[in-house]
Amino acid sequence: MASLVGSRVERKEDTRFLQGKGRYTADINIANQTYAVFVRSPHARAKIKSVDTSKALKSSGVVGVLTGKEIAEDKIGGLIAGWAIRSEDGSEMKVPANPPLAKDIANFVGEPIAVVFAETLDEAKEGAEKVKVDYKVLKAVVDPAEAMKSEAIHDGVDKNLCYDWLLGDRKAVDEAFAKADKIIKVDLINNRLVPNAMEPRACVVDYNTASEEITLYTTSQNPHLSRLVMSAFGGVAPENKLRVVAPDVGGGFGSKINVYNEEIVCSWASKKIERPIKWVAERTESFLTDTHGRDHVTHAELAVTNDGKFLGFKNETIANLGAYARVFGTVTPTYLFGPCATGVYVIPAAYSNVKAVYTNTAPVDAYRGAGRPEATYTIERLVEKAAMELGMDKTEIRMKNFPTQFPFKQTLVHTVDSGDYVAGLEKAKQMADYAGFEARRKKSEANGKLRGIGVSSYFEACGIAPSAAVMSLGCGVGLWESAEVRFNPTGQISVFTGAHSHGQSHDTTFAQIAADELGVPMENIDVVHGDTDKGTFGMGTYGSRSLTVGGIAIVNACKKIVAKGKRVAAKMLEVNEDEIEFKDGEFVALKSNKKKTIGEVAFACYLPGQRDEMKSPIPEGDEPGLIESSFFDPANFSFPAGSHICEVEIDPETGNVKVEKYTAVDDFGRIVNPMIVEGQVHGGIAQGIGQALHENTQYDETGQLMTASYMDYTMPRADNFPEFNLGFTCTHATSNPLGVKGCGEAGAIASPPTVMNAVIDALGGQEISMPATAEKVWKACKSIKKSNAKAA
Amino acid sequence: MKSFNYHAPKDVKDASKLASSSSAFLAGGMTTIPSMKLGLASYKDVIDIKNIKKLSGIKVSGKTVTVGATTKHVEVATSKDVKKAIPALAKLAGNIGDAQVRNRGTIGGSISNNDPSACYPSACIALNAVIHTNKRKIDAEKFFTGMFETALKSGELVEAVEFQIPEKADYQKHPNPASRYAIIGVFVAKHKKDVNVAVTGAKSCVYIDKDLSKKLSSNFSVSAIEGTEVKSSGMNSDMHASAEYRANLVSLYTKKAVEAC
Ligand SMILES: Cc1cc2nc3c(=O)[nH]c(=O)nc-3n(C[C@H](O)[C@H](O)[C@H](O)COP(=O)(O)OP(=O)(O)OC[C@H]3O[C@@H](n4cnc5c(N)ncnc54)[C@H](O)[C@@H]3O)c2cc1C
Repeated sequence: MASLVGSRVERKEDTRFLQGKGRYTADINIANQTYAVFVRSPHARAKIKSVDTSKALKSSGVVGVLTGKEIAEDKIGGLIAGWAIRSEDGSEMKVPANPPLAKDIANFVGEPIAVVFAETLDEAKEGAEKVKVDYKVLKAVVDPAEAMKSEAIHDGVDKNLCYDWLLGDRKAVDEAFAKADKIIKVDLINNRLVPNAMEPRACVVDYNTASEEITLYTTSQNPHLSRLVMSAFGGVAPENKLRVVAPDVGGGFGSKINVYNEEIVCSWASKKIERPIKWVAERTESFLTDTHGRDHVTHAELAVTNDGKFLGFKNETIANLGAYARVFGTVTPTYLFGPCATGVYVIPAAYSNVKAVYTNTAPVDAYRGAGRPEATYTIERLVEKAAMELGMDKTEIRMKNFPTQFPFKQTLVHTVDSGDYVAGLEKAKQMADYAGFEARRKKSEANGKLRGIGVSSYFEACGIAPSAAVMSLGCGVGLWESAEVRFNPTGQISVFTGAHSHGQSHDTTFAQIAADELGVPMENIDVVHGDTDKGTFGMGTYGSRSLTVGGIAIVNACKKIVAKGKRVAAKMLEVNEDEIEFKDGEFVALKSNKKKTIGEVAFACYLPGQRDEMKSPIPEGDEPGLIESSFFDPANFSFPAGSHICEVEIDPETGNVKVEKYTAVDDFGRIVNPMIVEGQVHGGIAQGIGQALHENTQYDETGQLMTASYMDYTMPRADNFPEFNLGFTCTHATSNPLGVKGCGEAGAIASPPTVMNAVIDALGGQEISMPATAEKVWKACKSIKKSNAKAA
Repeated sequence: MKSFNYHAPKDVKDASKLASSSSAFLAGGMTTIPSMKLGLASYKDVIDIKNIKKLSGIKVSGKTVTVGATTKHVEVATSKDVKKAIPALAKLAGNIGDAQVRNRGTIGGSISNNDPSACYPSACIALNAVIHTNKRKIDAEKFFTGMFETALKSGELVEAVEFQIPEKADYQKHPNPASRYAIIGVFVAKHKKDVNVAVTGAKSCVYIDKDLSKKLSSNFSVSAIEGTEVKSSGMNSDMHASAEYRANLVSLYTKKAVEAC
């Protein structure tokens, strides 16, 4: 039987998604449901003097109004930061309370203050308008670079500083810098992004007055984790009385990792008002309250020799956490950022210092790539600038500093198990016709255009898991993953996974690997996820972990099925277990060549009859049934890597930047489904080009979000992209038996510096910040023209 | 959205009878519906004019092209008659917003709304259009009076826009990358006697750049306006573009339009 792993199997989920048959949270309606509308702070920072709900309560159709006072009285806990990060001086990070409904103070525009439940959505909206909140508006802190000099927005958080974190050795770095021929410096802004999942957040809560169980349907990337957090920290209900279902979810990109205010409030309130509750975010609410991404201000330096060897690296970053620290908020700018900031290079000495600050803006958390795009942007801008300043070819300088031996002990934290960075860059050069660039540049020049080429070589640490590692770095939970494989009596198989698919195509990929393990057609396998009542437990999907952690748990559970199957088949065929070989779905007795299919064995496991001649097929010591589970905790992160090359053409008269060519060569280890992987890379690159050229979240100085709709926030569109030219190299991961590495985030990690390096190359080295909008580029072109005129 | 009464009259007379100071006509709804949903506007009566047959369609005579008020952008963009008579007008319509907007948005809605960055108003003033309403005929140059303001009186309904067919014309637009409205749009029309350079997006309301128009009237070539400074004073400056950048684009796109004529 041909292996399914490695083939371009069409996506199982396409049928329902393309035919509009997806079942999303907003599609769920429960008899007798009420509709929730939240009253949100219109101010970025304001004391809440009073909340008057009396008029709202009298408003037509209103069933109930709840505020921060009631939720505090019921001792419902708030939102949490999942990782404890310590400052350089050893002190604990400072985390303010983040109640689900703000009671005394509001800290960003859109923060929920109260909630109104009514018979219809319109009545709920009407009621919400009648809730009178008396605010005392305070001066907002918006700019992260200024936050430490501003008034503290949270009690007990001096200078608005959550932590001042250091990774690495300052002294060693100073020594390395003293030996350098040249110091390359960059000042960078990693622009804040709004995740913009296609499906806005939503929840539907059904409280069963008889069983006292709460069922929460929600848009989550990790329903089990949501239940854990709501139960353990929120005190909403004990875990056994709380069922969390995340059905089809239309994109997350990190923004649906968190348990949000609305889910906690509606779950708590459903029990209180004894009615089901439905809440669906409007797009404006998504812009204002989904966790945002990035938002770093960085100064970084690279010490180099004249012949292009890297000696040392330093990185001083201010990371904006927004108003509160959320689940991955504190780790994203530290352990997901700092260790990767030295990139794919051998750099003997390095440090990353990150000051995380609170501001009166939406909370910032993991967003596709989480920390690693910021890291890659930092080092790859430095390397490109070093090449420029040293007059070296940009690929040569990279090759010169790549590690040649694997495992590669990277300067900070990681030991990279496998890779071949030279092969990746060579392949990218060839696919991008790097050698032919000069001719294309001249051609553009003849048309009055500026052409630039940019390179970025990246590695990243993903497949976020090893519990021992993450817990030692401050994670509040272990990040293993679980699976259960149920071989049903009639031969169909249900694969339960703790990972959650919201665009990752698990239905297909996981069925492919299980089908290979069990030797059955993929059509016989259903992948089940997203319901705490169905699967065992799981940590969910983010950090490109589904396959490398969750997929392996499936493989291991399948192996247990086969192992039991062997014992049963041996009994059925009346031979010893070691005389049985399992191949292509059949248990074969090697000597006699008698066989039983895995389906027959499964059937026998459920019908261990002992009548007349019939003997039980279940060996002594085994139990009936054919269900196995596995919890997989890998030995290490996985380390995908690669090189991307981009070519842009700039029209100096308008400043318009056109991405002419984009080549990506990635090493994701073994690839299960190339078509799905290419889709992931496409999406990642699109998001990265979006960050580099288009997307920009802007708050004004009072903390109002100016880019709160698609009329003002530039989402990249299909006509902004050329056809992506994708290639792969392959070195297997050694940390898991499939040899796979994560692929979900790589595109978004590698592409922003690739594009910016190309833009800056076209501008002759003139640095500009992301996003490189037409006006910014036009201004840069003008100043080049001026300085050229002066020189002439 | 606040509740309202929905009406769908079949003729103009009924529509105007229903109109009041607390009503709105509904054409493509591309502006009206989002503003109602966001709570920026609310009406007692919403009068859907799409069922009024007379308001839709394109007529070409020897000298003019007349576009009915509820004619959709996609219809103008793909009309063989418009493409032949005033190709620049079809081009303009074909580059409005995105496909969804073009499939619903109408010329009547566009000009009645008079968004400072809408495209059609520039065509109207460059092509010496006459706006036909249920009450009177208004010259385009008198129709667009200010930001989101027109000469329309309360309850007055646009029935059609009659464009004068020029000798040559072109429309050039620098789209806002987010909304794809015009950051700058320049409509250049060469008529028998004179040339009109109409600019949208730059200021609070569409206008004719008199200097550029005059220079091009005496010599319709790029060289006639080479070096002409377009002043940025009075131009919009917002997060999408500074006044200085807009001024640069006006001068650049005027040249491009002349070149394309
Ligand atoms: C995302 C997006 C992008 C866009 N991009 C562009 C662009 O690039 N260029 C551009 O020019 N426009 C653009 N538009 C505007 C769009 O093309 C429509 O023209 C505009 O939204 C209004 O037209 P409508 O037919 O939808 O009118 P409606 O929204 O139905 O009405 C708008 C206003 O005009 C009034 N009205 C409508 N018809 C009449 C009439 N016959 N008489 C009197 N009053 C009337 C209504 O009462 C209302 O006040 C964009 C819109 C959107 C949403």
